[in-house]
Amino acid sequence: MKRAAALTLLARCAVAVSAAATTAAMATAAPAPAAADERRSGSEFMSASTQAMQRDDTLNPGMLWISGGEAQWNAAAGKSGKSCASCHGDAAKSMRGMAARFPAFDAASKVTVNLAQRINICRERKQQAPALKLESEELLGLEAYVALQSRGMPVSPPNDAGTKASAARGKQLYFQRIGQLNLSCAQCHDQQWGKRLAGSTIPQGHAAAYPIYRLEWQAMGSLQRRLRNCMSGVRAEIPPVGAKELVDLEAWLAVRDQGMKMESPGVRP
Amino acid sequence: MARALIHMPTTAKKGEVIEIRALIGHPMETGYRPGADGRVVPRDIIRSFVCKYNGEQVFGAELHQAISANPYISFFTIATESGTLEFTWEGDNRFAHSEKMTLTVSA
Repeated sequence: MKRAAALTLLARCAVAVSAAATTAAMATAAPAPAAADERRSGSEFMSASTQAMQRDDTLNPGMLWISGGEAQWNAAAGKSGKSCASCHGDAAKSMRGMAARFPAFDAASKVTVNLAQRINICRERKQQAPALKLESEELLGLEAYVALQSRGMPVSPPNDAGTKASAARGKQLYFQRIGQLNLSCAQCHDQQWGKRLAGSTIPQGHAAAYPIYRLEWQAMGSLQRRLRNCMSGVRAEIPPVGAKELVDLEAWLAVRDQGMKMESPGVRP
Repeated sequence: MARALIHMPTTAKKGEVIEIRALIGHPMETGYRPGADGRVVPRDIIRSFVCKYNGEQVFGAELHQAISANPYISFFTIATESGTLEFTWEGDNRFAHSEKMTLTVSA
């Protein structure tokens, strides 16, 4: 209830501010939609202690998942008896920059897939092993281990027609009002970032740190989990994990974050 | 998911103060929260953590419900002699986990 009230209040404030023309009101006006040089990672909005937790791998609880992911990378699975390493070798070399190029269009299945789904494609087709459950500890571990190899690299979404079409659909969803609160992603993350929503600061909604260890979850979670969280917050109908809409949104966020540094494993409050 | 991660130097000078960081994956279920079915989820927490340096206890901690999942403990000890540090976590439902690290101390 509190959250809903705060959201409505924020929406009302925005209207009031844009209608006012006095300089005083201008000074407190909402920042314009984040331009390329104004983009700030969600980590910049966090407290110093949470930032330290992300910065230092010996403090970052995400490393528990990552070391699990590393063990899986080297463990044989499925009928093929092969591990990820059997084909891809050293992840530090072969997976460098890989996560920065996802979601990407998969020509064989003719859909855009995110990193987790791509890992499962490899499992099913190459390892001949059953797909890992989306959002499971195992898949998050592998995903985070692969994403770690791109840390510090710029987000660089692929330029092919399939991925672009997906990102275009995602962009449309990003600006579309949804749910009982009738809010779009852009209304909070482009127009109201830096302000408070109840106790927390609204970030710009950049997604270069996923999968993240979120203190509220007390666990690792994917970008889709975060997106579904927000959708539940505005009381919209929530697509299931792995749904096309969510992957489209992820593809758009990658375009929006192009050039920003990969941070995985991020820690968020 | 790895069960536990320990970060500490592998070598130290005699008399040097070293920092040890121990992180363990554990849900730390408080026993106060209702589950999806409305029933209270039974408590499942780590109760104690002990660090033994060549068999002698150098650090210990009691853990309670207010401690978050995946507890992280950082502490210091003095490097006195080469040997093994053994870390033990014990908790509800007969939970027990231990890790060993070796430390080489030079004069």
